[in-house]
Amino acid sequence: MVQYNFKRITVVPNGKAFIDIILSRTQRQTPTVVHKGYKINRLRSFYMRKVKYTQTNFHEKLSAIIDEFPRLDQIHPFYGDLLHVLYNKDHYKLALGQVNTARNLISKIAKDYVKLLKYGDSLYRCKCLKVAALGRMCTVVKRITPSLAYLEQIRQHMARLPSIDPNTRTVLICGYPNVGKSSFMNKITRADVDVQPYAFTTKSLFVGHTDYKYLRYQVIDTPGILDRPFEDRNIIEMCSITALAHLRAAVLFFLDISGSCGYTIAQQAALFHSIKSLFMNKPLVIVCNKTDLMPMENISEEDRNLVEEMKAEAMKTAMGASEEAVLLKMSTLTDEGVMSVKNAACERLLDQRVEAKMKSKKINDHLNRFHVALPKPRDNIERLPCIPQVVLEARAKEAAEMEKRKTEKDLEEENGGAGVYSASLRKHYILKHEEWKDDIIPEILDGHNVADFIDPDILVRLEELEREEEQRQAEAEEEDIEMDGEELTEEQKEQLAAIRKKKAVLIQEHRLKKTVAQNRSTVPRKFDKERKYTTKRMGRELSAMGMDPSSAVNRARSKSRGRKRDRSEDGGNDAMDVDDDQQTNKKQRVRSKSRSMSISRSQSRPPAHEAVPGDGFKDSTQKKAAITISHKSHKKRDKNARRGEADRVIPTLRPKHLFSGKRGKGKTDRR
Amino acid sequence: MRLVKCWFCSSTIYPGHGIQFVRNDAKIFRFCRSKCHKNFKMKRNPRKVKWTKAFRAAHGKDMTQDKTFEFEKKRNRPERYDRNVTENTLMAIKKIDKIRSERSAKHIEKRLKTNKPKIHIEATKELKNDITLIKAPQALLQDPKKKIKVDVSKSKSVQNEAMEE
Repeated sequence: MVQYNFKRITVVPNGKAFIDIILSRTQRQTPTVVHKGYKINRLRSFYMRKVKYTQTNFHEKLSAIIDEFPRLDQIHPFYGDLLHVLYNKDHYKLALGQVNTARNLISKIAKDYVKLLKYGDSLYRCKCLKVAALGRMCTVVKRITPSLAYLEQIRQHMARLPSIDPNTRTVLICGYPNVGKSSFMNKITRADVDVQPYAFTTKSLFVGHTDYKYLRYQVIDTPGILDRPFEDRNIIEMCSITALAHLRAAVLFFLDISGSCGYTIAQQAALFHSIKSLFMNKPLVIVCNKTDLMPMENISEEDRNLVEEMKAEAMKTAMGASEEAVLLKMSTLTDEGVMSVKNAACERLLDQRVEAKMKSKKINDHLNRFHVALPKPRDNIERLPCIPQVVLEARAKEAAEMEKRKTEKDLEEENGGAGVYSASLRKHYILKHEEWKDDIIPEILDGHNVADFIDPDILVRLEELEREEEQRQAEAEEEDIEMDGEELTEEQKEQLAAIRKKKAVLIQEHRLKKTVAQNRSTVPRKFDKERKYTTKRMGRELSAMGMDPSSAVNRARSKSRGRKRDRSEDGGNDAMDVDDDQQTNKKQRVRSKSRSMSISRSQSRPPAHEAVPGDGFKDSTQKKAAITISHKSHKKRDKNARRGEADRVIPTLRPKHLFSGKRGKGKTDRR
Repeated sequence: MRLVKCWFCSSTIYPGHGIQFVRNDAKIFRFCRSKCHKNFKMKRNPRKVKWTKAFRAAHGKDMTQDKTFEFEKKRNRPERYDRNVTENTLMAIKKIDKIRSERSAKHIEKRLKTNKPKIHIEATKELKNDITLIKAPQALLQDPKKKIKVDVSKSKSVQNEAMEE
């Protein structure tokens, strides 16, 4: 099965490139090193090999070209004619012939030079022979460079030819230029053929595929044909003529009723009659296109007659087909009748092919392939499909609706197309009132989502809330008024203050005592230089508390050991006896006076730097030193930002905690 | 379009602000700004970070329980649009806002106010119990107004005379 696909032909290289390829291959694939000291046989064989190798390569490549390019008499006549139309058979044959000659010449050259090389006697001579051989071969190829270029162009063009299968079901579209063939093609197939207002927009054959009754049909669009004598036709028209002539297809002859293609019906009819010989044995359908511009009823009498003539001709070829299937009208712009035309053409073609098959000898083989099974009826009862009435009615209603329904797409097209019109999505909203459809629905207000608050009875709840708020406010006011409650009197305040002060003092003293007890030794009462533990004080405090201290004071005095006094007989009991005082009243009075005068002195403090036994100092020098240290520590900081003795003093130059101890982690090489 | 709350500081996030983080268990964390986001990445608990609403609510600094909060509730079913309801809602939102802000201001005011009755009660209790620190019980039984005068120096001279012997 020959493939009508010319895409598989290998690339034909340029003359120069061809030579380069072959020579470089020779250089790479054959041994390169040779010395003149080798044996002569070796030298000869070395160079012979090169020559032979080059020849073989040339032969191979040229043979490939000759074989791959199709021979025009061996392919289907349609393609043969098509290629002839496009490329000129003779020129094509000539080119291929030249390639063939080149091949033979190269073989001859190689044979001659190999013969000569057999008798070469030195390296130099062999080398010269080889050079000459290769040079001549390359010259031969250089001479056929134009042929190679031509073949390459043909190859490129052939690869782009549409792959038309001449044996399968085909529908051919023909007619004058601009009648609407390509538009029809675009409508029924997926082919995207150029449709333009000028004539000869389609310059070559185009193939599309369409389906009908589960079978695939090829649809071939041809360039327009003008009414001219056969010899005057150009290549483009010849393409369509070829197709018409060789392909067994249903032909759709297109007629432009309106004349907008630029040719009258008369001219088109003339064309029809001149090529009607090509329509032999082919199902023909005459298609009147562009009925939207000029309906069939409006054409003139003469034109009507012409069309009737054409129809009569077509009827001759029709085999049992009805009148309807021969002359059809349609409009590719409005899409009416397009499908019916296609169906008619396909139907007619199918019928013809089936009949042909039936008549052929191979029919039995075909018949063996299929079998139609019909179930045998059980009885004579007719069983029709049962569709409920409701369904039928619904179907009818739906059909009616579908017919008169206006789709959104139609609406879009009406109002300016896709970019201009934007569909209103709110059209079908179901709301209580129609005028709400255009409302802008608020979503956010003051940092709240409105949707969270929406509630049909929000007003009621709001009312409750407001009432509650009012109540609250009223209550708050009442409370404010009631706020002035009891207060403490002045005396009570004083007492409270005194209590709190006393408490604070107690706490402070206790704390002091605690620390002192741990760190320092307590000074016994006999060294009480601050006179804290005097009866006077006790008496004062007791009286402050509101009691009579006299009895307590007396008791304390009687119990205490007094100062050293003159020993008398009643040494021990002196202090106790109050009655003895009466004896030496005068003395006492004198003494008391002098005592009173010198009380202050006798009870005066000793000088500050003298060490008193209860102090805790060894001697007065130590005490003096201590006093100076304490004065220094009390000095106020000079805040005039002048450095004083209190500033930047390192109290301890080498504190122990910084200069001793091991680190928990890490080295101790710096402190 | 919805306003959402920042997970960390509970402020509203307007569209176009902030970052949203979706964890592998499909829980969504929304942050209003990188401050909150970075704090979250540091694994800080918003209930312990002083400036967040979560802290303030947890420590009673701000009002949390109130009827005004019940008006705002996220509904999962959309309601059909009704112009009147929407108008009423918009009015109501403003009023509810006002009331809520007033109430929260009051809450804070109350929290900061001194508690006079409590102080008074404490003072009276202290007076009653600890009066013995400054006044002897015997003195209290007698007439508290009466002041007892004691001549301390006299008793002293007596003592001196006794010592002189």
